[in-house]
Amino acid sequence: MPLVNGGKIVDDSFVKLAVDTPLPEGGDILVPAERFLGEADVLLKRSGKVGVIWPNNRDIAELVPYLGKIAAVALVFPTFRDGRAYSQARLLRERYDYRGELRATGQVLRDQFVFMLRAGFDAFEVKKQADAEAFMQTAKRYSVFYQPTGDGRITALHRRMQLRHSEGVGT
Amino acid sequence: MYAYDEIDRTLVNERVSEFRDQVKRRLSGELTEDEFKILRLQNGVYLQLHAYMFRVAIPYGTLATNQMRALAHVARKYDRGYGHFTTRQNIQFNWIKLAELPDALADLAKVGIHAMQTSGNNMRNVTSDQWAGVAPGEIEDPRIWSELIRQHTTLHPEFSFLPRKFKIAITASDHDRAAIRIHDIGLRLIKNERGETGFEVLVGGGLGRTPFIAKTIKHFVHGRDILSYIEAILRVYNQYGRRDNIYKARIKILVHELGIEKFSREVEDEWQQIRNSSLQLDDEMIEDIRSRFTYPAYEKLPHMPDELRQAAADPDFEAWRKNSVAPHKVQGYSIVTISLKPTGGPPGDATAEQMDALADLADKYSFGEIRVGHEQNLALPHVAKRDLPALWKALDKLGLATPNVNLITDIIACPGLDYCSLANARSIPIAQELTRRFANHELANLIGRLHINISGCINACGHHHVGHIGILGVEKNGEEVYQITIGGRADENAALGTLIGPGVKFDEVADVVEDIVEAYLALRERPEELFMDTVKRLGVEPFKERVYATR
Repeated sequence: MPLVNGGKIVDDSFVKLAVDTPLPEGGDILVPAERFLGEADVLLKRSGKVGVIWPNNRDIAELVPYLGKIAAVALVFPTFRDGRAYSQARLLRERYDYRGELRATGQVLRDQFVFMLRAGFDAFEVKKQADAEAFMQTAKRYSVFYQPTGDGRITALHRRMQLRHSEGVGT
Repeated sequence: MYAYDEIDRTLVNERVSEFRDQVKRRLSGELTEDEFKILRLQNGVYLQLHAYMFRVAIPYGTLATNQMRALAHVARKYDRGYGHFTTRQNIQFNWIKLAELPDALADLAKVGIHAMQTSGNNMRNVTSDQWAGVAPGEIEDPRIWSELIRQHTTLHPEFSFLPRKFKIAITASDHDRAAIRIHDIGLRLIKNERGETGFEVLVGGGLGRTPFIAKTIKHFVHGRDILSYIEAILRVYNQYGRRDNIYKARIKILVHELGIEKFSREVEDEWQQIRNSSLQLDDEMIEDIRSRFTYPAYEKLPHMPDELRQAAADPDFEAWRKNSVAPHKVQGYSIVTISLKPTGGPPGDATAEQMDALADLADKYSFGEIRVGHEQNLALPHVAKRDLPALWKALDKLGLATPNVNLITDIIACPGLDYCSLANARSIPIAQELTRRFANHELANLIGRLHINISGCINACGHHHVGHIGILGVEKNGEEVYQITIGGRADENAALGTLIGPGVKFDEVADVVEDIVEAYLALRERPEELFMDTVKRLGVEPFKERVYATR
């Protein structure tokens, strides 16, 4: 499954651990939430980066104490119909000020890229190769946004205000 | 009318191009039907019994004449020459070809019409009072707020994959014509003691398998905070709404399971965190939206023009005027409701010719504006009283002057088994038969206000729970069986109807309705006592007795 990060298809430095996979010596690891919360001290002392795979039905606030110490959070879309992780993503970025990698996993298709980018995701485990290749093109599909989110894109309401004021300058 | 600016137009065009790409990927096999299903539903495309059905949004029920002509064009070019107006102020086309859909959308986009979020588990078309902006006594035009909310809910990055569909309705009049109490969020526009605009917010209404009347979650939310408050409700719902069972996924179930107190605390906690964010509206933003609604330059006209006085001699005109013409906030003008319920016709259907002709009439007599109501009728919102006789003649020629608005033949019905893949029973033929039974205008007038609502399955698209007489078609042992309720209503006193007894067969439905009506006529204390009032006074029993005495 191709990983898109920074708009490009890249190699994934993280290895995903299951609940019972033996802990590798070094290297970057993505750990299920339960295991992470149970072994956080040990995991964070290792040399490689640590990321957490957080399920979409668990309160993201539980992760807040660790946000400064982890390198990645992977949120889950069990099917692309299930939109809970969009809320989790916005809370991480906008309320808890998380700045590390925020990865979308599960059924990730190109038709969600714009929503995901707006919600704060910056890394994508894309289901289909063709969708991963179309990432940059798809991400630029929209130039107008009606809602303010943490991504900083200007909303239609604010853009209208700017237009209003700039038109007002000469008159 | 709200005029799209370059920003709105750009977004609609970008959406059309995205959908064109999605259709292309489906036709090439790159997308599976399962993947495509969700994508097409996000854009109003259902797969029905015979073909794809295409639902187009008419936000808060306001249409300009060029938009109505574009709908006629779509009906003619891509469909079979007609369209069906729905209970949520949308229009549906029943025979669209998938490969042609992107072109139909592009044609509509030229006049600022789209199909975004007319189906799927997202925030649906925002609905409002079809008399918004012209009803006497209205606090202020609710469409300004409808438009603000329409924009905010369009392609929302957090709430486009909700547990289930989500519907918002707004009213600004004492008499609720928008049925806000059967919506996921109902907004009643009010003023606080300082004269500032805000909303009583209701939540958790909805029909379907488990009907609920919405409860008040907050008595006053200031207008500047309305987007953040809606956002807070949606965020709680998106995270905690049930996703394990489609029949328990609407917000009404969450509100019911948590209780309104606990639910409102959750929302309040969330809201306090986001209310002072960029979601807050300032006066200038609201003003900017308001400035793009244009209002007619009304003339100073007499209350009773000569034309109207003369026409009063014609009993047919008078029957129509008394039935279909309502007071306007400006003297000398009227609001004219156009019945889409002719005798023997499917409720809510209009032909392309009728749509075009109506657009012409609206240009001539209603400042180029047309409205769509949730009762599946249309309205011309600004007709000078002196023009009423001429308008009536023209409407009559088009078959659009049936004087049955709010009467027993003004039936709300879903498409039912004739079109819909979810239906268990037919709806339209029942409605057609009832319009024939009660075709006599004197009889219908004698009965007075009486709303019949028909749904062909438990999903309740015909709002049967809130019909004065509600008819629900179900399937029992391979046969269509209809359950009859009475006493429901969708207005400010919204209530769910009560079942009167065992279901009856297709052929018996019209007889049962006749029995109920006869019982009412015999039981009412005086002619002014409406059906609803008699049911309220006496309960279901006497009607039940009458219906089942001989069955």
